[in-house]
Amino acid sequence: MEEGGESTKELEVAPALIAVNPSQQSVVVAVGSDLRVYDLREGCAASLVDESDKSFHKDSIRAIRYGVNGKLLVSAGDDKLVKIWSTDSWHCIGTVSCEKRVSAAAISNDGHYVCFADKFGVVWVVNLEEKDGTFSLVNEKAAPMLSHYCSIITSLEFSPSGCYIVSADRDYKIRVTVMPKRPLNGAHEIHCFCLGHSEFVSCLDFISSPDFQEGYLVSGSGDSTVRLWDIMSGSLLDTCEVGAKAGLIDSIEREEEQFCAVTDLCVVPNSTLIAVAIQSFKGIVLLSCNVSAKSVSFTKVVSITGETFSPTCLGMSSSEDLLWMVMGISKLPGLDCSSLVRVRAMSGFKRISEGEPIMLEDNEMPGGQKLLEKLQGSVSIEESVYVAASEALKKAMSKLLIKKHYSVENRETRKRTRNDKKFKQ
Amino acid sequence: MVDKETKTTLNKTTGLPRKRFYRARAHSNPLSDSHFPIPLFPSQFDYSQHYPHFFPASSENASNKKIQFADIGCGFGGLLVSLSTLFPDTLMIGMEIRDKVTEYVKERILGLRATNPGQYQNVSVVRTNSMKYIPNYFEKGQLTKMFFLFPDPHFKEKNHRRRVISPHLLDEYAYALAVGGIIYTMTDVEELGEWMKGCLEDHPMFETLTEEELKADPVVKLLSSATEEGQKVARNGGQTFRAVYRRITPSQ
Repeated sequence: MEEGGESTKELEVAPALIAVNPSQQSVVVAVGSDLRVYDLREGCAASLVDESDKSFHKDSIRAIRYGVNGKLLVSAGDDKLVKIWSTDSWHCIGTVSCEKRVSAAAISNDGHYVCFADKFGVVWVVNLEEKDGTFSLVNEKAAPMLSHYCSIITSLEFSPSGCYIVSADRDYKIRVTVMPKRPLNGAHEIHCFCLGHSEFVSCLDFISSPDFQEGYLVSGSGDSTVRLWDIMSGSLLDTCEVGAKAGLIDSIEREEEQFCAVTDLCVVPNSTLIAVAIQSFKGIVLLSCNVSAKSVSFTKVVSITGETFSPTCLGMSSSEDLLWMVMGISKLPGLDCSSLVRVRAMSGFKRISEGEPIMLEDNEMPGGQKLLEKLQGSVSIEESVYVAASEALKKAMSKLLIKKHYSVENRETRKRTRNDKKFKQ
Repeated sequence: MVDKETKTTLNKTTGLPRKRFYRARAHSNPLSDSHFPIPLFPSQFDYSQHYPHFFPASSENASNKKIQFADIGCGFGGLLVSLSTLFPDTLMIGMEIRDKVTEYVKERILGLRATNPGQYQNVSVVRTNSMKYIPNYFEKGQLTKMFFLFPDPHFKEKNHRRRVISPHLLDEYAYALAVGGIIYTMTDVEELGEWMKGCLEDHPMFETLTEEELKADPVVKLLSSATEEGQKVARNGGQTFRAVYRRITPSQ
């Protein structure tokens, strides 16, 4: 029966992800089940080695994170596996199985713990140990640490001091939990909640300044805002209506279809700037944060011209003045090639007062054509395909993170055709 | 035969709602997403709508009281009604996920307020899923009492995660409760009683009350006598299993 055009056979698509090593020694892109790493230090593509039973990912990767100054990389996703890689040898040092699909992951600042969240809202933790600079997984069995009841967790972040772990979910909530001495026994003490978003929270990052190490939390959401929070009190310090300020939403006539979700944000290290990516927007919105005034405000829009490129994931190292961006999709319905990835980079944040940040041409990028070939794959894609991909990504994000609202009649019909009832009316 | 012309949902003598018009399934799926409005954060909760006596529309004489007692899964409101007169200066709320049952409690409270001027102004009910939205209604350490009486046992092991008392959800209840606040649980299902007691015992932010403390607490005997479920169990000569714990600061 027709139910608003949604079919159960609809192809599941996942966005491409990018992560940058803190000292920019490597860049990793994940698209579908494929993990692609380019080693900038060696100047060549890295070959990942995985000798475990369940080697490499078999389904869409949903989270990739570097940790411990870039020594570790974690990847996790729909195949219910969490893989931890050493960035020295590019070997998989451990694989953890999860009962459900994994939606977010994070590595603790000291590298002793890897946390990941499953689709039911439980955050799990595994213990790593370090010997002479080499890390190993103590136990492949993860312990449940905390839970957002029945809600998909979209982002996990450790606070700069390592004292707190912040988890954001699709039910508009951000929870700040105290990291206990023994995380494997559970993180029971909730420090505070940061409540205020009116749609799913999609991304988190911390912004700090030299005289304020602990920093403030920055969050982006499907409600088209970026908010600044003080996690010590849970109070909302400031809100920036990114979608409206960038002129993407007609603020007078707010229609249901105007879905300008913030898809990712990245705090530019050693600056007060925050780069924000918005769904289907061909560019980056720059915000600046005044830590002492506890405010975040719109600075400018940097449009990307010359090709259809709307980034869905951002990454930056702590040392280089380069914002890496990726747009990609795991598969496109009706297309021959299995996946689509486009990587670009933007530079010039240090000189922001003098002029606009500029997009690098392909041959100007670190690693140049070799890097692009590895990370993008060698298929050449037509412009029209990017437009279709953008639409598909928007639908997928909406389907995953936004609650569907059915009319009352539709709800009753759905209840009647539920397959767990013993007899039908 | 029901006289269709004079059929009314309120009892003509007492002005209170008649249960037969508020029949509902005993179980509601706590996993299903909500279709009812939720406050985005605690200060968005409309106190004037629930406690008009304390928070009149014109905010000149508005009190700065906050809700201190929460009855999670309040059912038909028996406990709340008894607590209301026992603690007339304390604001309390019932949280219930079933639509019809919430309507019944609303009517019951309105009826009681009408027939007992000045009383029952401190109690109200809201339809919500407490397993997901406790932090939306209550600030950190706001509550001094939380009640979980005769919750759905969810017997099958695969449904244990739907139980309202669980190790993870206790984190949120501990967050909403002030240090020293009390959590009261009761059930007539022995396995569930052991489960709830076990969860509370293992949780670092709760400690059990002593026998003397339990005897001294006037609320304890209301747990089985004031609730409709408790009265049903007593009528059938069943046994109840109780676990009452205090919220403490976790030892580092």
